[in-house]
Amino acid sequence: MLRSIWNIILRNIKTFTMIFALGFIWLLFSILTQFGFVQPENLSNLFRQMTIISFLSIGMVLVIVTGNIDLSVGSVTGFLSVIAAFLQYYVFSSLLSGMLPTADPLLVGAISTVLTIIVVVATGVGIGALQGTMVSYLGIPAFIVTLGGMFIFRGGVLAITQGKTIGPVEESMKAIAQEYTSPLVGWVIAGVAIALIFFGILWRRRQKKAYGFELKPMRFDILKACFFSVLVFSYVLVMNLYQVMGEFKSIQYPVLLMAVVALVFSYLSSNTRFGRYAYAIGGNKEAARLAGINIKKNILQVFILMGVLCAVAGIVLTGRVGYGTTSGGDKYELTAIAGCVIGGTSLMGGEGTILGALVGSLIMTSLDNGMSYMNLGPEWQYIIKGAVLILAVYLDVVSKKKK
Amino acid sequence: MANDVVLEIDNITKEFPGIVALTDVSLQIKRGEIHGLCGENGAGKSTLMKILSGVYEYGSYRGNVYMEGEEIKFTGESIKQAIAKGIAIVYQELSLVPKLTVGENIFLGREPHNRGIINWDKLYAETDSLLKKYKLEIPFGAQVGNLGIGQQQLVEIARAISEEAKVLILDEPTSALTEEEVGTLFAILKELKANGVTCIYISHKLEEFFKITDTITVLRDGMVIGTLPTTEATVEKIISMMVGRVMKERFPKGNRKPGETIMEVRNLTAYDPNAPGVKIVDDVSFSLRRGEILGVAGLMGSGRTELVTTLFGEGGVNVSGEISVKNIRADIRSARGAMANKISLVPEDRKALGLIVNDSIIKNISLPNLDAFSSFLRINKNEEYKMCQKYADDLQIKTQSINALVTSLSGGNQQKVVIAKWLMSSPEILILDEPTRGIDVGAKYEIYKLMNELAEKGVALIMVSSDLPEVLSMSDRIMVMHERQCAGILDQNEATQEIVMALATGIRK
Repeated sequence: MLRSIWNIILRNIKTFTMIFALGFIWLLFSILTQFGFVQPENLSNLFRQMTIISFLSIGMVLVIVTGNIDLSVGSVTGFLSVIAAFLQYYVFSSLLSGMLPTADPLLVGAISTVLTIIVVVATGVGIGALQGTMVSYLGIPAFIVTLGGMFIFRGGVLAITQGKTIGPVEESMKAIAQEYTSPLVGWVIAGVAIALIFFGILWRRRQKKAYGFELKPMRFDILKACFFSVLVFSYVLVMNLYQVMGEFKSIQYPVLLMAVVALVFSYLSSNTRFGRYAYAIGGNKEAARLAGINIKKNILQVFILMGVLCAVAGIVLTGRVGYGTTSGGDKYELTAIAGCVIGGTSLMGGEGTILGALVGSLIMTSLDNGMSYMNLGPEWQYIIKGAVLILAVYLDVVSKKKK
Repeated sequence: MANDVVLEIDNITKEFPGIVALTDVSLQIKRGEIHGLCGENGAGKSTLMKILSGVYEYGSYRGNVYMEGEEIKFTGESIKQAIAKGIAIVYQELSLVPKLTVGENIFLGREPHNRGIINWDKLYAETDSLLKKYKLEIPFGAQVGNLGIGQQQLVEIARAISEEAKVLILDEPTSALTEEEVGTLFAILKELKANGVTCIYISHKLEEFFKITDTITVLRDGMVIGTLPTTEATVEKIISMMVGRVMKERFPKGNRKPGETIMEVRNLTAYDPNAPGVKIVDDVSFSLRRGEILGVAGLMGSGRTELVTTLFGEGGVNVSGEISVKNIRADIRSARGAMANKISLVPEDRKALGLIVNDSIIKNISLPNLDAFSSFLRINKNEEYKMCQKYADDLQIKTQSINALVTSLSGGNQQKVVIAKWLMSSPEILILDEPTRGIDVGAKYEIYKLMNELAEKGVALIMVSSDLPEVLSMSDRIMVMHERQCAGILDQNEATQEIVMALATGIRK
């Protein structure tokens, strides 16, 4: 039993190294901040902070897996964010109050938010499709297309804002990034999640049995289910300890959104043809071509999904700030790429996981959060983050050589 | 006279994992001669030359090499050391930098300089006099990439000459040259010979040996079969030396009964996607029947791989001619189109074209076949596992689990993974490009058996192979390629190694 667990750890050594590194960073910050770092309040903030980068990292994994790169995501996120603020503040507020003069302002705000989300996501799809077409069908290197996009959409931000902050946005928009479920709902979600984990594992066993495959011992699967359940349980437990002005909070909305997005993309990457092809293209483009895979289409799809995730990140960004700002999304692309790479994504393509990217983003955000908590100057923050990135990749290179 | 020998190769043995490339090769090259080296693909010519030119370091082989009586041991920057000793090699593949000029290429790495600052005037003046001396009409300042392939080859030779080589090795120098350029090359070689430069000349074109060489050495299966003066050699003698081996029972007997025609190819011509205007398949016609194995023989670069990849829709461009499958004209422009016509291709280079090396066995096998067990939203992984396991069992892929990485397998088993991947798509026409290259005898036998079984089930097979006994024993008919054309199609009972080799070398038309 112990031996088998050890084997599982060895096989996923990359993931476990990352988790170990994360644990080490948390421990270090805890000590350096007299355990302020691991107080519910700070952890709640930490996870909320990581969401925007996480959306981008999740999409970036797929882009990098196909052997491409997207440098424009920071600017595109900023661009979509100011579009959201612009729509809310200048367009939908007057338009809707003109059409529905007697309605509850909160309801009008909610309609405005829904419409904004639709337009912003559609714009994200459009931007992704445009850049994806240039990369795959016109054959311009992704590095160049998205480097150009980085400039162009930063210009777009300035064109829309005219250098000024736009807002405030509707309360419902802010809620997406700032609100929490109530503790009760938090527990319900935890309960449902844990039930699904167990159900999923048992269902898979049953399917395998129907095919007559050899099953791993039951205690393995139970152990695995328990491990994830404990994670979910302890997360909700800690979040439920956080209170603002005497009121207990629970799971952050954006974290909930992030969890859903991560699950969807994780599934997409490993359980669909689209995902399989993406990895095959990055692993060996020629072999993928000879296997009849439509490489151009797949890369286009990957960029479109990246556009959608920029839209999601942009919406959450607008909600978090409450305004559309000129500097929104600045340098996010670098943090997102760093998150992927720390999470084990290979820039050579063909390798990388969504889960890894999430852990990578959490590491990057933890560094940010912890160093800010310690009041370390921004100069040190940059230097340390850069060093950690290089160190992480170096460890990866060393471990590969040993193999 | 012992000092007449400029280069002496003494009992060289070179092994690669699994195969012995050279066995006790001994050879004496006399000063000032042009020494021809011939042999089939894989006879060991290139390996031997790589030892002489320092690509394989001293210590990676057994035996000794003496240059002008002095033993040479190249280690570390061994290629540079070989050049310093006076051994220069011109490779079959061009090794010039396309964006640099002729002069820059010729002096690359040893530019005339003054304290690190390149003396361009001197560089170009020397280039110019070099080119003039050998009557090469190539502008010294032209960008190499803008020259024709033939001229590039001549530049490469000029570079080797300028290194003041005492022994110049030419590996298939004429494969890309026109008749006229070949004439220029031969004139240069004669000039060099008059200046006392020794030449080792490797070629697949036998007639060239009779035009230019003084001595011919034949290699076969990594051994020297014989060395004789060109004046005593005849084409027949050389060919029988090249192929004359004892056929062993290495091939399982099949019970194939070829049926009706399934594919008809008429006047297929295709051009190089990277060099428009260069034909890579030239007016090839043939037909293929159900249940037969059609062997495709030919020397390296004769256009065999280009032919089969073009049939698969992934080879040449500007394809003209006609391919029909089951009497219906098939317009195959991609792998997907080929698969729709039930054509599968097991490609030549399994690492570069056949496998996703970082992936598991199961993911490699299922890659072209995911449609069979997927809906839009989901791959049925259990079904995938079941099917892949079935094919892995059928082909006896030796592994603990099909979830293991393909890199954990031996070469033969990796090849089986590639074959499994394409068998799963249940092809009616299966193209195998060098299916047994680099795998051990046991695995070869299993692949031959599998080919027989498939043919008996009615699958039409095309097998490209450089292994002559393999082609002769496994095929019902043999198509021989020469210079990108079909030089002839032989029935198994009329084909001999000599005839195939004569067609492949262009001796016989």
